[in-house]
Amino acid sequence: MMGATRTYMRRRATNYTMIALCGLATLAAVGILLLVLGYTLVHGIAYLNLEFVTQTARPLGEPGGGMRHEIVGTMVLVGLASLLGIPVGLLAGTYLSEFGGRVGSLVRLVADVLTGIPSVVVGIFAYAVLVRPMGTFSALSAAVALAIIMLPVVARTTEEMMKLVPQTYREAALALGIPRWRVIVSVVVPGATVGIVTGSMLAVARIAGETAPLIFTALGNRFGFAGLGEPIAALPLQIWRYAVSPYDSWHQQAWAAAFLLVMLVLVISVLVRWLTASRHG
Amino acid sequence: MLRARGVASLLAVGLLLAACGPTTQGTPTPGPSAGDTTPPGATVRLNGAGATFPYPLYSKWFDEYAEVSNTQVNYQSIGSGGGIRQITEGTVDFGASDGIMTAQQQVAAEQRGGPILHIPMTMGSVAVVYNLPGIPSGQLKLTPEALADIYLKRIAKWNDPRIAQLNPGLSLPNQDIAVVHRSDGSGTTFIFTNYLSKVSQEWKEKVGNATAVNWPGDVGGQGNEGVAGQVRQIPGAMGYVEVAYAKQNRIPWVALANASRDFIEPSLESTSAAAQGVDLPDDMKVMVTNSSNPQAYPIAGFTWLLMFVQQTDCNKGRALVDMMWWALHDGQQYGTALDYAPLPPDAVRKAEAQVRSITCGSQPLLER
Amino acid sequence: MARPQTIEDQTHGRAWRSLLRRPASPGDRLFQGTTLLAALSLLGLLLAMAAYLFYVAWPSIARFGVRFLTGSTWDPVKEVFGALPAIYGTLLTSALAMLVAVPVSLGVAIFLAELSPRWLRAPASFLVEMLAAIPSVVLGLWGLFVMAPVLYPLEKWLASSLGFVPLFRGPVFGGVNFLAGGLILSIMALPIITAVVRDAILTVPAAQREAMLALGATRWEAISQAVLPYARSGIVAASILGLGRAVGETMAVTMVVGNGYRLTARLFAPGNTMASKIATQFNEASGLEINALVELALVLFAVALVVNLAGRLLVRWTVARAAGGGQ
Repeated sequence: MMGATRTYMRRRATNYTMIALCGLATLAAVGILLLVLGYTLVHGIAYLNLEFVTQTARPLGEPGGGMRHEIVGTMVLVGLASLLGIPVGLLAGTYLSEFGGRVGSLVRLVADVLTGIPSVVVGIFAYAVLVRPMGTFSALSAAVALAIIMLPVVARTTEEMMKLVPQTYREAALALGIPRWRVIVSVVVPGATVGIVTGSMLAVARIAGETAPLIFTALGNRFGFAGLGEPIAALPLQIWRYAVSPYDSWHQQAWAAAFLLVMLVLVISVLVRWLTASRHG
Repeated sequence: MLRARGVASLLAVGLLLAACGPTTQGTPTPGPSAGDTTPPGATVRLNGAGATFPYPLYSKWFDEYAEVSNTQVNYQSIGSGGGIRQITEGTVDFGASDGIMTAQQQVAAEQRGGPILHIPMTMGSVAVVYNLPGIPSGQLKLTPEALADIYLKRIAKWNDPRIAQLNPGLSLPNQDIAVVHRSDGSGTTFIFTNYLSKVSQEWKEKVGNATAVNWPGDVGGQGNEGVAGQVRQIPGAMGYVEVAYAKQNRIPWVALANASRDFIEPSLESTSAAAQGVDLPDDMKVMVTNSSNPQAYPIAGFTWLLMFVQQTDCNKGRALVDMMWWALHDGQQYGTALDYAPLPPDAVRKAEAQVRSITCGSQPLLER
Repeated sequence: MARPQTIEDQTHGRAWRSLLRRPASPGDRLFQGTTLLAALSLLGLLLAMAAYLFYVAWPSIARFGVRFLTGSTWDPVKEVFGALPAIYGTLLTSALAMLVAVPVSLGVAIFLAELSPRWLRAPASFLVEMLAAIPSVVLGLWGLFVMAPVLYPLEKWLASSLGFVPLFRGPVFGGVNFLAGGLILSIMALPIITAVVRDAILTVPAAQREAMLALGATRWEAISQAVLPYARSGIVAASILGLGRAVGETMAVTMVVGNGYRLTARLFAPGNTMASKIATQFNEASGLEINALVELALVLFAVALVVNLAGRLLVRWTVARAAGGGQ
């Protein structure tokens, strides 16, 4: 009787310990997130003012200055990369979902593998196939690098979202004698729009903070956006340059820029969550 | 409804971006046939990349120059190795370096675009900096031999007798020396290793002199900024950075014994002194480290802009030579405030001759 | 985005395609062709990348052969390039990251899938997923200015009290080292591992744990003996995918790993990874070093390819098995 109780006590203790550890792990994970966000917010807000978003960088040692060019640059790069990456990703996703077959399953695997290719490798690729032949660092080469990173993400989410459209919709439309492509365009795509927008936004969130490929392609630009064939400034690139600098004023600007970048990603994530929730709800 | 709004906003973003597109009709393509592509009076954009050593001065220059001319010079400090590489590959209009291109690099560049010039812009020196709380700047004395041994990792602790005997008045901690070096190719490294190669046979044989070497040391930092940042972050660290970086960040530096065994701190005077009493060659490819001048700080040197003699885009070429002329004359005044030593008159004359030699389609570009 | 696949999914393609066997209109052919082209562009990209990297790396491959992988000197002056310290750095930091991230992720996933009160589940999942959304460079900034200074005194204390263990031997340089790189990577790998493990746990049939509980097992016994063994391959797959993330991660690691270049077991030594070596040196390199760095990128590409392929195939297999088991 005593033995049984002791065993029971031990089992109970193990049970509670392990449950507590799992809870602790979750607390730790969420805690790290809050720590990172917290520091970024506190440091960022302290140095963030209107001047920071409206002014351009000053020469070293002169106080003030902001990141207007970097903010515009990131917007241009993200927009351009989306323009290049999302349509192709949509079409590829459509193929995977609606036609598939053996080619489809190969491409699906390739897409999954592509999402795991380090972005620094993509940057080297873009440098070699665009920067060197064009003879200049450019917004275009940076956008292409980012689009390559977006492409598989968009393709796979598009596929997943289109598959969620009930099969009966397609059958009903086909039964009316509508050609296949019209069925896809007018029935399947509208049914999956929210999901596709969600996926695209996730891809945007992923590339907005990408830095490594920009080192080899965007270069940076002190005079703002000057065309697709010219070097371009970008927030993540500048955060990196300023973070590894020895100047306190630059560290402060890096934190403020990090705050902006995190806010951008945060807003997108919350939007995505809201969109997916409203779809399921 | 939600869907429609989502699509509409995506479309709007797209349109907005299209509207923000370039207003100029594309950019001139490089190549001999490019010629004049921009109408006179329009903004000319020049891209340059390279040395971090003169970056504070260049960013000041190009901000000022954009006010007085219609030329926007976008200079990015990616390291001297990067400057050499990018001008060779033709991805920038000019490069910048504080090291002389190797013979191999010059051959590679000449195959691409003909002879390449090293035009001196200013002088600077490399401070040996440290992070030892309580020991103010200039108080720590080192000989070239001790410095080489620290960088060769033969001296590992701050209280090593070889450091202590040079500094009898200081209480040096029993702490490891974290030796910080540049992780990227760098002209600052070129000057520094050029100096170490001159003062240490072992360094010359084992490591050598280049913009990037096989470091015996510990920590790498990206750029002058990166090294200074690491030194500030790591207690007990030693590094080498451009003097302006050390001064502006109040990182203490070492008083270094020069060729005549005087302990000298880096300053504008001791930097300029390094180039005085030295014969400067016409092509200005000269390292003035370990100068024989007794007033000279031993790790000093020129920093150069790199450009091809034969320019293929005449408009850009003209803007380039005008900018350089301005930098060599009006620009020099901005140096002292940022701790760059102005070029000695002899060097300015030789630089002028180089700028005059730059051509486009066999026509000299400088209209002066 | 990962979602357990259903039986419907698996039959979906087949049924739809059989419906489509009827003669296609020109519009259909055009449409299918266009989408096929887009899909093939993904394959083309992968092949182009591999081919290009190989092409540019060739002079280095031809010159150094296997010595590139086994050599530990990176000397641009003498043009001798050995990648072993970088490869080792990638392996070491990734291993450290796995050591921390896998158990923690497992705990988080179990909590989210099995233990969490209902109201907490969605917000907690969201917060953990948010961790994946923080840009690498921001995490690096945090690592450099917040984490490293906090680690530094701890590391100094460890080095002085446990310095006889090679792993903890000093000197310690200010908190930028292999350990910092590994910890930052563990933060980055955590959300992806958690998500995949959680999904794997959710595919475990409820009957599995109910049976255990009915036998009088505690909750933990039900989890550890009925749920986790069932989800084992999912956990392995998740770890591999997390490893894939750690291996290729660049900016955050570059900022905290110290950029030293040597082969050492000391966790407190400044190191390098393949990705950080490429990121800091590619723009500046000249001559053969360019080819050597591209060869390093090729090695990284190959490692990432193999790891991700293994992870994805295992995930697929797991999902297929779970679907089969549900029948």
